[in-house]
Amino acid sequence: MNFEWLGRQSDNIVFLLGWHVLLAVIPLILGLLIALPLGWWAHRSRRIYPLLVGVAGLLYTVPSLALFVLLPLVLGTKILDPLNIVAALTIYTVALLVRVVADALESVPEDTVQAAKAMGYRGYQSLLKVELPVGVPVISAGLRVAAVSNVSLVSVAALLGIPQLGSLFTQGFQLRFFTPIIAGIVLCVVLAMILDGLIILLNRWLTPWTPKVVAS
Amino acid sequence: MIKFENVTKAYPDGTVAVDGLNLEAPTGKLTILVGPSGCGKTTSLRMINRLIEPTSGTIYLDDQPTSGMDAALLRRRIGYVIQHAGLFPHKTIVDNVATMPVLLGESRQKARIKALELIERVGLPASFAKRYPWQLSGGQQQRVGVARALASDPAFMLMDEPFSAVDPVVRGQLQDEFLRLQREIGKTIIMVTHDIDEALKLGDQVAVMRVGGKLAQMASPSELLTSPADEFVADFVGRDRGYRSLGFTKTAGAVAIGEEAVIQLGASADEARAKASGAWVLVVDGSRKPLGWAQPELVRGEVTREHLNLSGIPAVVSGTMRQLLDAALSSPSRRGVVVDENGELIGTVTATDVVKAIEAEPHLETAR
Ligand SMILES: Nc1ncnc2c1ncn2[C@@H]1O[C@H](COP(=O)(O)OP(=O)(O)OP(=O)(O)O)[C@@H](O)[C@H]1O
Ligand SMILES: [Mg+2]
Repeated sequence: MNFEWLGRQSDNIVFLLGWHVLLAVIPLILGLLIALPLGWWAHRSRRIYPLLVGVAGLLYTVPSLALFVLLPLVLGTKILDPLNIVAALTIYTVALLVRVVADALESVPEDTVQAAKAMGYRGYQSLLKVELPVGVPVISAGLRVAAVSNVSLVSVAALLGIPQLGSLFTQGFQLRFFTPIIAGIVLCVVLAMILDGLIILLNRWLTPWTPKVVAS
Repeated sequence: MIKFENVTKAYPDGTVAVDGLNLEAPTGKLTILVGPSGCGKTTSLRMINRLIEPTSGTIYLDDQPTSGMDAALLRRRIGYVIQHAGLFPHKTIVDNVATMPVLLGESRQKARIKALELIERVGLPASFAKRYPWQLSGGQQQRVGVARALASDPAFMLMDEPFSAVDPVVRGQLQDEFLRLQREIGKTIIMVTHDIDEALKLGDQVAVMRVGGKLAQMASPSELLTSPADEFVADFVGRDRGYRSLGFTKTAGAVAIGEEAVIQLGASADEARAKASGAWVLVVDGSRKPLGWAQPELVRGEVTREHLNLSGIPAVVSGTMRQLLDAALSSPSRRGVVVDENGELIGTVTATDVVKAIEAEPHLETAR
């Protein structure tokens, strides 16, 4: 490790880290917002569920690099436009979360849904005030997977020259110099862990009602 | 009043769950739907607040057909106690109870104050208010379910096996508490159960349904016991219905109550022997409340608590023939202790006295 190099490059590294965070988190939020209505739709209809979940599964198998390269053709953006990354990762997040949201709504006990209906909640009130809140633990679990997956997928965009921590890898390879590679890996892992921790905290804050599991 | 007029429900798969049901649940009374598993009780109940839509026929709420109403608004007029409580897992107990008032536009603060009162009213400590449903036992959750249905003070209540899933002792307590509450609030209630004892104990009137969703008989509990409409009802009501129907027969004046000589704790063995009739003497306290029976033969010195046999169950004079008979049969002296409303001794009866009274008046007044 060359700490002197790290010191000199710190401004640049912070810049790359900032981009990495943006490129990972924005698609996560957009993806969740899109997956909520789609997941609800899949949950509502027995016929739509296999269709939506099937298509989502297929989308997830498209290699990320292919998506990064193809999207500019579809969106009419420049190949170097960070929007491509945001769009691609949003698609992955949606693909992952549609099923998660549908399963979260499915996880709400039938008695609870019936009680909400019998109390006189309208459909949307029951969804917003009962079903989604009760489904939060399942959604957060899915969100954690999506967050970690996004952090690692963003690095691939380095091959297209879009600035983020992955750029440290390409730089290291070109210079045959390990310091930036190690710094990049460590920062990616730390970033993934922090995002994961934040989602855990958010989940705890939203679900004070879940039984506290006592470690045995 | 809730009225079913020719109501039929056929599920899409062809199952006819309810078949041409005609039924009227009068205002302020507790009507029970009872019948074997799968006879369409839950389906009938859920058609009232339109959780299930009838295939044909009409249900009226105070003479208005429910079919034309906005379903959500209709449901907000009716308290519903779901089987196994069905509480909202993400809401505290107090917020569970406050659900309907808040939905009806009351401020959260006001609704919570009222909810707290109700929580205590159904017999739970106020300290439970901040808990979540998983922190309560099944019986406690069912009480919360009842409180939640009562919170908006609805004129109508639907209850689906509200006291199931708890042990018989707790069930008995819940039933007693609920009867007391209903005497105060007098709501129009339809309650579903498959437990005939519960139906006979709680119902002002009982509708017995048979599999296939047809009404077999609608009658008061004592009428069901004394004149079942057919073999199915007779069978369903049970084998010891003759004895159980005594539970609906008032004793008032029908049985001669004999005088009973009594002693108090501390009485000498001689006094006990002098007052005893047969082998047993009744011991009372300073205000003539019965304490138990003693056998003078076993007393050395004076009568103490150790000498008391506590197996007899005193009957209240305003109670039923069944309680009176039970008092006699459970008493070691075979003389049943009869007390007044304050628990003070009036006298004793024997089983023979009770049976004679029953035989003398085969059609005793069976008002409740
Ligand atoms: N959604 C449904 N689709 C098809 N058949 C149904 C449906 N719900 C209930 N049934 C059938 O309708 C009949 C009546 O059901 P219901 O739930 O009303 O019975 P119940 O009297 O409440 O029985 P239990 O005492 O077991 O709760 C049963 O034969 C049941 O199998
Ligand atoms: Mg049922």
